[in-house]
Amino acid sequence: MGRRMADQDPNSDLESLQKRIDSAKESGGLSHARKNSAEQPQKSALALAFRVGIELVSAVAVGLAIGYGLDAWLDTKPWLMLVFTILGGCAGILNVYRMARGFGYAAGYQTDNETDDKT
Amino acid sequence: MAANHSPLAQFEIKTLVPIKLGGLDVSFTNSSLLMVATVIVVSSFLILSMRRGALVPGRWQSMAELSYIFIANLIKDTVGSEGRAYFPFIFSVFMFVLFGNLLGMVPYSFTFTSHIIVTFTMAAVIFVGVTIIAVAKHGMHFFSFFMPPGVPMLMAPLLIPIEVISYLSRPISLSVRLFANMLAGHTLLKVFAGFIISLGLFGVAPWLFVVALTGLEIVIAFLQAFVFTILTCLYLNDALHLH
Repeated sequence: MGRRMADQDPNSDLESLQKRIDSAKESGGLSHARKNSAEQPQKSALALAFRVGIELVSAVAVGLAIGYGLDAWLDTKPWLMLVFTILGGCAGILNVYRMARGFGYAAGYQTDNETDDKT
Repeated sequence: MAANHSPLAQFEIKTLVPIKLGGLDVSFTNSSLLMVATVIVVSSFLILSMRRGALVPGRWQSMAELSYIFIANLIKDTVGSEGRAYFPFIFSVFMFVLFGNLLGMVPYSFTFTSHIIVTFTMAAVIFVGVTIIAVAKHGMHFFSFFMPPGVPMLMAPLLIPIEVISYLSRPISLSVRLFANMLAGHTLLKVFAGFIISLGLFGVAPWLFVVALTGLEIVIAFLQAFVFTILTCLYLNDALHLH
């Protein structure tokens, strides 16, 4: 009878006890393992397309605004605006590329092993 | 069809109490009214439902606890334990956007999240705050963010502007996403509602569509509040752990 009780007592199974301790630590915020699951907030294809569009356009808009501002300041109309609009387009494509590769929204680059452990 | 039946009339700012401060127009408008209402509704929802603080939560208390736990888990999953210090801010942002969206669904009310200036101001505060946190935490190392490691110096004049533009486009995409979703949804709702009367008997079709769309709008209200919050968390994560 006592043996059977020990079997049923979850604390006697050290492996599952460790697992439960780990998960409790995790949920209590005591674990220092850094989580970086950039879980995709939107799943549907339409929402994804919408996001891609916004990422593209917003970078072009920022590039255009920077170029326009610099032109007004340095009196080089319209050259900097043209250059920065193209750079903005590059940045937009970079944004979309990062999003599609699952880099989340991070600026800069991550090495491949960093992105691997995220999945 | 009077002019105020336009589908865009719902986004009009109406001055309720005109206030002039210096040369600035700081009137209390319907937008301000809804923002104040949102703060009051959120505060009373949380305070009243947690008033008893029972060990076994009732309906209201479990709704309040659910929203708390939801955001706490979101921060833990995206930022990690360092993100705990920012919980009050992120929770406030989430509740403000969520209830702003939801109160906008009440007939005859106003959706302040459908105005780009409101969402952009929130996004700009988040963006500036996150940048300050990053600079305070990493100092000059923060600027290595814009120069990926292992890139030849020859590429720097091209890459750094691109990275800076990509970084600066964050508040734009953050604010436009929320604003465009709310604006498009509410306009569509109003356009189809306008068809109901003018189509007579066949107005049943747009009427059914409006019913479905209203449900969809409520889902979008939650989803966009969630997206806004998760993006805030991800930006904060970038600021706290530069790679």
